[in-house]
Formats: sequence, C-alpha cells, structure tokens
Amino acid sequence: MLRRRLNRLCGGDEERVDSRTIYVGHRPCPDTEAFIPSKFCDNRIVSSKYTVWNFLPKNLFEQFRRIANFYFLIIFLVQVIVDTPTSPVTSGLPLFFVITVTAIKQGYEDWLRHKADKEVNKYPVTVLEDGRSVKKESEKIKVGDVVEVVEDETFPCDLILLQSSREDGTCFVTTASLDGESNHKTHYTVPDIEKDLQTLTSAIECEQPQPDLYKFVGRMHIYKLEQEPVVRSLGPENLLLKGATLKNTKKIYGVSVYTGMETKMALNYQGKSQKRSAVEKSINAFLLVYLSILISKAVVCTTLKYVWQSKEGQDEPWYNQKTQKEKDTNMYLKMFTDFLSFMVLFNFIIPVSMYVTVEMQKFLGSFFITWDKDFFDPEIQEGALVNTSDLNEELGQVEYVFTDKTGTLTQNNMEFIECCIDGFQYRYRDTQSEVDGFTVTDGPVNKLQQKAGWEKEELFLRALCLCHTVQVKEAGSEVLVDQVDGIDGLLGFIASSPDEIALVKGAMKYGFTFLGLESKSMKIKNRQNDIEEYKLLHVLNFDPVRRRMSVIVQTKSGETLLFCKGADSSIFPRVRPEEVDRIRMHVERNATEGYRTLCVAYKQLSAEEYAMADTGLREARLALQDREEKLMAMYNQVEMGMSLIGATAVEDRLQEEAAETMEALQGAGMKVWVLTGDKMETAKSTCYACRLFQRGTELLELTVRTLEDEKLNRDQKLHELLQEYHNKAVKDAPPVKAGVTRSWSTANQDYGFIIDGATLSLLMNPPHDADASQYKSLFLQICQNCTAVLCCRMAPLQKAQIVKMVKNSQGSPITLSIGDGANDVSMILEAHVGIGIKGKEGRQAVRNSDYAIPKLKHLKKLLLAHGHLYYVRIAHLVQYFFYKNLCFILPQFLYQFFCGYSQQPLYDAAYLTMYNICFTSMPILAYSLLEQHISIEILLHNAALYREIANNAMLRWRPFLYWTVLGIFQGLMFFFGVRFLFSNPALQDNGQVFGNWSYGTIVFTVLVFTVTLKLALDTRHWTWINHFVIWGSLAFYVFFSFFWGGIIWPFLKQQRLYFVFANVLSSVSAWLVIIILILLSLLPEILLVVLRKPRGHHSQQLSEDSSTDTNRWLRSLLSPTRI
Amino acid sequence: IMASSYGAKEEDGHHPGSAGLGGAAIRTKKPDNTAFKQQRLPAWQPILTAGTVLPAFFIIGLIFIPIGIGLYVTSNNIKEFELDYTGTDMSSPCFNCSQSWNSTNTCKCELFFSLDQPFESNVFMYYGLSNFYQNHRRYVKSRDDSQLNGDERSLKEPSKECEPYRTNENKPIAPCGAIANSMFNDTLDLFYIDPNGKKRPISLTKKGIAWWTDKHVKFRNPGGSNSNLTTVFKDTAKPVNWHKPVYELDVDIENNGFINEDFIVWMRTAALPTFRKLYRIIQKNNDMTPTLPRGNYSLAVTYNYPVRSFEGRKRMILSTISWMGGKNPFLGIAYITVGSICFFLGVVLLFIHHKYGNRNNSSDIAS
Repeated sequence: MLRRRLNRLCGGDEERVDSRTIYVGHRPCPDTEAFIPSKFCDNRIVSSKYTVWNFLPKNLFEQFRRIANFYFLIIFLVQVIVDTPTSPVTSGLPLFFVITVTAIKQGYEDWLRHKADKEVNKYPVTVLEDGRSVKKESEKIKVGDVVEVVEDETFPCDLILLQSSREDGTCFVTTASLDGESNHKTHYTVPDIEKDLQTLTSAIECEQPQPDLYKFVGRMHIYKLEQEPVVRSLGPENLLLKGATLKNTKKIYGVSVYTGMETKMALNYQGKSQKRSAVEKSINAFLLVYLSILISKAVVCTTLKYVWQSKEGQDEPWYNQKTQKEKDTNMYLKMFTDFLSFMVLFNFIIPVSMYVTVEMQKFLGSFFITWDKDFFDPEIQEGALVNTSDLNEELGQVEYVFTDKTGTLTQNNMEFIECCIDGFQYRYRDTQSEVDGFTVTDGPVNKLQQKAGWEKEELFLRALCLCHTVQVKEAGSEVLVDQVDGIDGLLGFIASSPDEIALVKGAMKYGFTFLGLESKSMKIKNRQNDIEEYKLLHVLNFDPVRRRMSVIVQTKSGETLLFCKGADSSIFPRVRPEEVDRIRMHVERNATEGYRTLCVAYKQLSAEEYAMADTGLREARLALQDREEKLMAMYNQVEMGMSLIGATAVEDRLQEEAAETMEALQGAGMKVWVLTGDKMETAKSTCYACRLFQRGTELLELTVRTLEDEKLNRDQKLHELLQEYHNKAVKDAPPVKAGVTRSWSTANQDYGFIIDGATLSLLMNPPHDADASQYKSLFLQICQNCTAVLCCRMAPLQKAQIVKMVKNSQGSPITLSIGDGANDVSMILEAHVGIGIKGKEGRQAVRNSDYAIPKLKHLKKLLLAHGHLYYVRIAHLVQYFFYKNLCFILPQFLYQFFCGYSQQPLYDAAYLTMYNICFTSMPILAYSLLEQHISIEILLHNAALYREIANNAMLRWRPFLYWTVLGIFQGLMFFFGVRFLFSNPALQDNGQVFGNWSYGTIVFTVLVFTVTLKLALDTRHWTWINHFVIWGSLAFYVFFSFFWGGIIWPFLKQQRLYFVFANVLSSVSAWLVIIILILLSLLPEILLVVLRKPRGHHSQQLSEDSSTDTNRWLRSLLSPTRI
Repeated sequence: IMASSYGAKEEDGHHPGSAGLGGAAIRTKKPDNTAFKQQRLPAWQPILTAGTVLPAFFIIGLIFIPIGIGLYVTSNNIKEFELDYTGTDMSSPCFNCSQSWNSTNTCKCELFFSLDQPFESNVFMYYGLSNFYQNHRRYVKSRDDSQLNGDERSLKEPSKECEPYRTNENKPIAPCGAIANSMFNDTLDLFYIDPNGKKRPISLTKKGIAWWTDKHVKFRNPGGSNSNLTTVFKDTAKPVNWHKPVYELDVDIENNGFINEDFIVWMRTAALPTFRKLYRIIQKNNDMTPTLPRGNYSLAVTYNYPVRSFEGRKRMILSTISWMGGKNPFLGIAYITVGSICFFLGVVLLFIHHKYGNRNNSSDIAS
C-alpha cells in the first residue's frame, strides 16, 4: 500500500503515459523540440515505515487496527470514562504492555531498516557530469545520470549498460541478492555507442517501471552528427538491476533509467501476502462464542439488576445512598453504563495475554525448526529456514502435498547416461577401460550394435557442444585451455539448468570439449584436439512453453547451421517423420527407465533463409509492443523442417530417502500429488521409484494420448473417460469415508491418476462452459479417491491452478506445496504452506516459501514431528486459555447474584490483573513450547499418528465444548464450594469472621491451583523447565499474595487485601475447602485420564479391540476428551 | 502413584566451540547440538493408568472419609443458639421498637430465651443481619483506608469514594463513607436468670473480636501519640447516622476512635447479604462450671438499628468455636461425599480393570 502510494507520488503525472523518455547525461536531443526535463523520483530507497515524528501515531494506529487490540482499547476507554468496578489499570496495564512491546519490536525493526536504507542511500557513487567524474551520494542520482560502477560494486539504480571495460562489450553480473541465483549472467552494451560518452547524444524510450525482474522493453535513439539517428532495441540483457553486483568486469558505465523506489528491486520489495492458519480461524470462531457469552452475561446481569432494584428498598437502602450525581442520571443512560460496567467486569474472559502468548509461542517455537540439527545438510552447510512463524501448526494439518519432481523428488544432479545417434545406442561406462569407452580410436560402446556414421556422430556431438547457454567459469585471470586431461576439474560450467551442464560434460566424455564463448564466437575442441570456432549468430532461448531452444551458428567455412534441442514432443512435429520412428523407441525406453530425454535436431540454413530469419528476429526484438508474441512466432517459423540427429538420456537421481518420505506422508494420510513440467513417462517412472505408484496400483490416465479417439472428439472423449474413471474410483470403491482411511486398507484397489497439462486446461476450460463445474467436481472426486496423482507437462501457472482448485474444494483441505525452482514459486505461494528446497535451481523458491529445508527427506520430520507437536501445542494452548478464563470469570459472574448485581468484583484488582500475566501464563507457555505428548521418535516411526490430529481435531467444536463444560463445572465448583463454606463466615478458631475479600481470595487460590494442576495433568513431558514454571508459578502466587497483603501500600486508596491471605491460611477450614475443591475440580479430569489408554498404545489398540469391549466403549464415549 | 518412565535421553555432549582450534575461524551455521535446542531435554513422562491411579482413589477415599467424619462430628458438637430479635411479629417484645425509629429516643426491649444445653469453653456472641448488602459495590468502596490508617490529610480531605457520606456541613466526616455511616449500633446485653428468678448480668468481653492486624496496623487513630482524640477529631463531623462522634465510641483509649473493635469488625465487609459479625466474647469461667449453663436467659436490646425498610432481619447468635471455626456441617459432608465417591470409583475402576484390564495387558505385550 505504501509502495503504491509512493509510486503515485513519484510517478506523478506520468501515470497516463506508457513509456518514459530519458536523455542520457541530460543532454537534449536534436529532434525534440523543447527539452523538458521530466520529473522522476530521486534515488532514495525508503523501506522504512516510520519516521521519528510519525512513529507513535502511525504505529498505534496500525496496532489498533487489529481487532483484538481495538477491543481491549474500547474496554480500557470504557473503564476510564464510565464508573466501572475495576480500575482502568487492570486492563490498561496488560494492554499497555502488549502495545509497548510490539511498538518496541517494530520500532527496532524499523530502525534497522532505516540504517540499511541510510547505508544504501549514502553509498558513494561516481557520476559523470560535464566530462568529470563526480563523487556523489547514491540517493542523489537522477534519472539520466551516467554512472560508473567498478568491479564487485552493486549497482545503485537500474542502469542501461553503455560501456564496459571488457572488449566484447559485455559485463558479468550476479543477482544473488535479487533472486538468489549466484551464477554469472552476461549483460550486453547497446551496440553503436560511441566510445566517448561525453559526446553521446541519445534518448532512451522505455516502459514505465514494473516489477518483473526479467522483463524490460525499451528503445534507444542514438544521434550522431550528420547522420540518421540509429534506433537500437533494449531488452533485459541491457539492463543492470539495482542490487545486482558487477563481476569479472573492471568497470562499466551506464545510464540510470529507474531510480529509487521505481527500481525493479524496490518494486519487488514487498512482504508476501499474509497466510492465516486454520488455528487462527478457530481462535476467531471461539472468540465470537466467548464474546457472545460475555455479552449475554452482561445482558443477564443488567436485566436482573433492574428487576431486583424494582423491589422496594433494594435499590437504595438507607445505609447505601446514592450520590446526587447518580440520582440525577437518566435511567436509560444508567442502564447502558451498567451494561458497560458488566462488560468490563467480565471482559477478562477474552484475555489480552492470549494473543501475546500465542504470538510468543509461534515466534519462539519456530526456533526449534531452525535449531534442529536433523535438518542440517552438511553439503550446503545450512539448516532449515523459517520465513514465517505464523504457520507452524499448519504443518500438522496438511492433507494434500503437492510436490515438484525435478530437484524435489529427484536430486537435479544430472548425469549423462547415454545417447542415441541416428537410432543407434551409445552408452558410456565410466568404470570400463578405454577400449570400451567412446573414444577417438574406438567405436561405439555397444559392439553388438551397428554404429552410426562417423559424420552423424560428430554432428551430434557438435550440436551438444554448441546448442546451450553454458558459460565457462573463468579460473582466475588465465584461462587454462591447453590442459589435456582433468579439464572438467579446472573448467567449471555455469548454466541456468543442470541438464545443459550434463550434456556439455557428456559431449566432453565423447571427445568434444566446449571451451567457452568469447565475443560471440564459440570454441570447441574436437576429437583431434583441434580447436573449432563457430560464430554465434542467434540464441533462441529456452522457455517452458516451447520446451526447446536453438542456436544459429556460422562455421568457419561460412555455413549457417541451426541446432535445436528440446523435448521429444516439441521436436518430433518439426522434423521429418521417417526420422522420428528410429529414435522414438529409444526415447520412450529411456523415459520409462526414469531418464530425462532430449532430442537434438539440426538444419542447414541457406543464405536467403538466414537473412530472412535474421531480419525477422531483429525486428521482433526491437518491437516495443507484444515483443514476446512476435519473438515466439519468429522462433516457431525458424525452427521448422529440421532433421533429427539423435536423443540424449540424462539421469536425474532420486533424492535421498525420497521413497521413504513419500511412504511416510501417505501413511500419515496425506495425498501426494506430483506436479511436474516433465513428460509423462519420466514422471511416471519417478513415481514408481518413489513408491507413489505401486505394482498393484491401477493407473487412470487422462492425457492427450488417451483422449485420442477416432470416433469422438477430444471433448466428448474427456467426458466419457471422466465418467468411466469416476465410476471406477468413486462409485465402485467400497464406501469408506473419503480422506479418512486409505493406504492401510490394503484390500482396496489402489488407483493412481495421471493427467497432463493440455488435458487439464481442456478440463478447466471446456468448450462448453456449462461442463466446467461438472468436470471439475468429477476430477476432484476421482483424485480424492486415488492414492497418488501425477500431473505432468504442467506450466508453472497450471501448478498453482491445481493447488487453488484443491484448496477451494469441499472441506477446504490444508495444502502444502514443496518445490525448489522458480517454476514452483506460484504453487508455493498459492498453497496454505509453501516449502522451498534449498536446491540447485536458484533461491527463488526458498525466498517465497514459508519454510525452507535443504532436502526432501526433511519434510518427514518437519510434518510428522514438528508439525504434529506444534499443532498439539498450540491447540492445547488456545483451548486452555479459553478454559482458564472461563473458570476465572464464572465465579465473578455468579457473585453478582449475591451482591445485588452491583458489579462488585469478587477478586482484588491485583489478582484480576495478574491472573493472566503472572500466575497462569508461564506454565502454559512452557507447555506450548516443550510438550511432547508422544516422543519424536515414535511420531517419526508411526506415521499414522498424524491422522489423529487431522481435520483440526483438537480445535473443533466438540473439544471446545468439552473444555467449556470443564471450565463451567470448575467455575461452579469454586464459587459454590466457598459459598457453602461462607454460610457461616466464622471460620477462624478465635471466632473471628471473614469478609468478602477473604471469600474472593479463597476462590482465587483454588482457581490458580486448579488451572495450574490441570495443566500439570495434561503435561506428558516434564522437563526441568516445566517443573520450574509450574511449581514456580504456584510458589510465586503464594509469595505474591503474602507480599501484596503484607504491606500497607502507600499510594493506594484501598488496602483491601491487607493480611487477608495470611488470615485465610491461618484458618483450617479454608485449607480444607481449598484442598477438597481442587481435588473435586480435577476429579473428572483424572477419571478421564484413567479411563483412556496411554497414548503410545492407543492407536495400535484401536483396531485390535473388539467392539464389545466395555473399555473401548468407554473410550469412544470419551474420545473427544482425549485432548 | 504414577507409573513413570524417566525418559532421559542421552546427550552426546558434543558442543560446538569445544571442537578446539578451528572453531573460531569457521563460522558454520550448523545448529548447536544441545539438549534444549534439539528438544531432547531429559524429561519425566508420567503415564496415568488405571493401575496407577486406583490406589490413589482408595487412599483419597480412606483419608477423606475419616476427616469428613471428624469434621462432621466437630461441627455437630458445636453448640449454637440463634435468636431473631427483629421484632416483625406483633408478639415480639421488640415490635414497638422496630416500628418507630427515632434517632433521638433510644428504644429498649428485652427477649427471654432458654438454653437446653450448657455452653462450655469460650462462647462467642454474634449479631447477624439478613438481606443487608454489605457487598454492594457502591457500599464496599465507600470508605477511605488512608483516613482510617490515621492519615491527617485524608482526615481533612476524605476520598471521593466516600460520597455521599464525605462531608457534612462543610466538615469532613470521620470516618467517612457508607460503611462507617451504617455501623451497627444496637447494644446487646445478656442476663442469666438463675432458678430463683434473679437476673445476673453476664460479662461480655469486647477485646479480640477484630483481626489483630486490623486493630494494630490497618486502623490507626490520627494524631500519632496524641491521646486526646477530641482535639484530633476537632474539625471533623460525625457520620450522619451516628449518635456520638467517633472519639466517644468507648472510654477505653485503646478501643476508641478508629481502633474501636466494633467499628473495625463492621468495616470488614461481609461476603454475602446474610452474614454474622462477632459482637462479644464470653470468657469461660475459671471454675469448672460451664460458661453458659442450662437455664433461662434474657437479652436486653437497645434497639437503634433499623432493618425493616429493606426487609432485613437481626439475630443474636451464641456459639462455641472449634478448631475449624463456627458450626458448619458443609465441610464434613463434602469430605465424606468426596471420599465416598473416590472409594466407589476405586471399586468400579478396580472391577473394570480386573475384568477387562487383563486382556488389554496381554494384547499390549503381544503388540
């Protein structure tokens, strides 16, 4: 919101304009009639929210926007304004505490941001001004300034690269701080720029700032003396982003185009949308219940008060006259203030401290994830990362797991396994001797098979060496090229995808080594150790829609060649059909073995063809509008009529313990869906390898292939198949409740469902709109009855679409997405819980995730142990808080019936204030951090335990009702137990009597002990901390009571509790009543604990006990109370 | 009582930093392997089962039932006599007094009663009021504790909480507030009528009826050591309903002014609208005769305190006291009940446990 406002501020009147014009070095250009310096915002980064002046009002405003805080503020104000039973301090102090702590925390965070901003804004930069280099503070850079950046410096704003110290007009950049990718990226200068930047006159036209890091469209008009102005297109490859770092390049000059808050970095700086957990929603629901209890209590009391008062002599007996002011007050106003007073008296039922405790629990609790050494991966030297602590408990509620395949289920550690050239298989074996290897002197490995022609082999290997975007990592200043062996030890490759490296390395094994790209010429060393040079003319980039990439190169001899590699489905239609058949067999076999296959094709371009392609591509690149579409069309046009030379197979190994993890997740009742961009066969084999599909699993396939039917069109066939599968999986399946039982019921037929992207989009947007919802529900129902679902050929957005569909389906199940790459970001953001894997495909997934773990195998512990425990802890925390405040306030409510509905508090103000803050807060906090009702080992070992807490089991209405009934029961006990005792208030052995404060103190003592001991009964895991806080709280209560009653407090008007506690304790009767009331209140609880089985055996026994067993009957009767 | 397994998990004692030389140089993000951070703190994991809690039920039963019986017997042995002298009945001697309340005239009435049993040991005399809301909020807060604690400033300038009993005729009221203003001011005198019809007054002690701490710390007369209370309270007004000012409550300087015990007792507001307050103590005789022997008595009431307007009742209560206080069968009954319930539950649980528990146990072992 802030950013948008800033945008409006900075953008000013430009908003209507689609593009902005920047004059390099603020020099006016010839063909612009008047040089109007446009107003852009300065280069100051403001990430801080507050200033010293507006901190207080703004922070308070933001804090009181939270509904709970606002409620407490209202209560406080009522207490201040209206004559209420409790002093404003009782609710003001906790609120003040909460607000102050939050304000300090936010203030500190903002101070850090201020500091960081200052560091960035005051960073010295060099700006070229009138031929001189001027040192400036970064924040003073204006749009149009020419900025100098030296190696290892970060760019102070978004720059268009004008000049680089490297000869080829490139520079290298890492964007680690932007998207986490640490590889070097090459950026290019704009061609045709004069060497002397002082004389450069040019104007840049580019789009208005937008946050996409990888998109930039612009045009540069370069004016040269007595020449037609030259127009050059600008793309993301010319744009240096603020925040990126210059590498491997001594220095560059660039003109700033976006500054300050308009840089892409600043536009991307935005907190993710808040995800709310199911627990929070439950809390809010319970809150409403308690609010209505509160209001109805107040209404009942107000009504009864006026009924009572209507009786003669009750309202104002002679001994208790009203003040003149009270007498004068309007009756209805008095009723209203009475109502408010009752509200205030009972407001402790919704405690401020619950929010504090929940927040603290979440914040502190999340440390256990970061601290867990089981999540530490020695390879990357990192442990788990918690980006949000709001969702800890959601980890224990997951019903659907959406996982990416590559890099998540598999290692993304590619290894070249084999290739197929012209239909002949070549397999390289590491371990075997040179003779068997694919070497210069020897033939192909497989001697039984014929080998392809020599030329075909070389062509294929050249294609592998040329058709990629791999860079060679420069080892220091010298490039050691002439090393014969151990090249890959010295030469590191950098690429956006590990497949490419695997292919380049694969080619190297067969004798073709890629040496690097220098000023548009690619060098490769062939088998004869000769160096071949190719001029790189065009790169037709890879994208997931086309699923292929191409390069156009020119050989020394002047031939122009196009090499293309890509997925079989995207290559096969573009090559001659007769070539396909020979290779298809290999590709399919490789795919079923779980390898990733790519097909390689080439095409020779004639001079005319190339000229056409060249102009077409250039034109498309220059386009300001619809550049993407135009490029795409051009690519498709160029990549036609190729001839297939071969295919490669790259193995992507499964992650460690991938299968075990998947099995555990399924055992825990989660449904695992694999969403991948990979092809069906590969994905299917991965699923088999992960044991998501098993031998007995019947696969229901809904793909383009199964939709092909001679008689029916695709839409009809889709309908037919959906119906058929639905019958099979849903209707004929034994009537088990969906989602409750599954994988342990081995008797049932397991189904696996496979769908591909194309079919999915058909399903989501069928030709007839009317079918959409029907298809969707059929699809969902089928999926819900399947063990595992595989969605292959998915575009990133489709992944998110699926997650969204499941998320919004009936019962709104909790979804979890796990992935490692940029293509998973959308589904990570979409799911309730997003997990990033610190894999090899950059850090985007990690940045956007809620939790990040180094390996897939860690998911098991994260969900089964941490998630389960967090859920149980927080659920117990929430229920306990409501319970303890119910039995805290109920006696106070009941007391109104005995004090003429006069809002007389039962407890002293100190007790009212301290109850939630001091006496009962620490034990539950310790419990909610340390409790392990089942030990972690058992949780990990027995995945089925996860089902016990499925569907928010501990925060549903039944357990809530149980806790509420318990609270009411105990509240009644406390009050009436003491009430009967006080039928004769002479309770001391010297005949002296107790008053109302003794009454309240006895009730309060029973209350504090009972709720604390109730928690002690619930604690299954007594560490020394639990002992300390539980017994410590009780001791503190006793100590405090003595202390509070031990002194005549100098600044207090009332000394109500003076020696009350000590006197109470001097009475044997008081002791006896305290003991028996505590015991009686806890008796039902103890009884329930006894009647149910100890937890460890519980799950095993459930299935073993016969239904006639009384014990089981008892337990099932008590089952909601297991909480 | 609880079957417990001490699940102390071994900590392998490896701490980062203890690695030695290289420790400082390499800043690894490896999490500390401490028991706390790994959630492996040694813990006691109590498991409550039928087998372990059963004895507890029996023990509770066995302890509580005797205590309950003891309490019940004790309570029953306490002798208590109540006499309502409100005078609502036409027949009551105090009827006339209750009808007309006139602050100037003192109205006296005398009631006769007889005790069937002798009261041994110290006998405590209470007055009881019914339907008197001493715990009404407006009433409870209508006092100024610093004034009562002898604070000179509060004496001159009583707290606002005392309204409308704060000032009278521009003088601050001492003691201010509704509680003090409505202090119980009936005088009760007790006479023993010996068999030959002669009325013999029974000496009533008024010392020791208030809490020691109240009398000696919480309540203090202003003026410090100045024993002349008349001068101390010079510029103050008496509470409107009082007959005499606060410094004339008693002739005894130790029981006058704010530290008058009757006043202190009244100032401790009762918890419930029906309450009793200690009025006097009848010390036991030195000889072996009972404090109050069987026979006829008369209660002479100086009837000042009106209760008819709010339908209140006034009682005089004579009671002996045990270690548990006054007569109250509730505790005894409660203990007997809870003890019996525990015992009964113990039996039921034992039955269930015996009948079904064995099978479960065997299946536990099997599984």
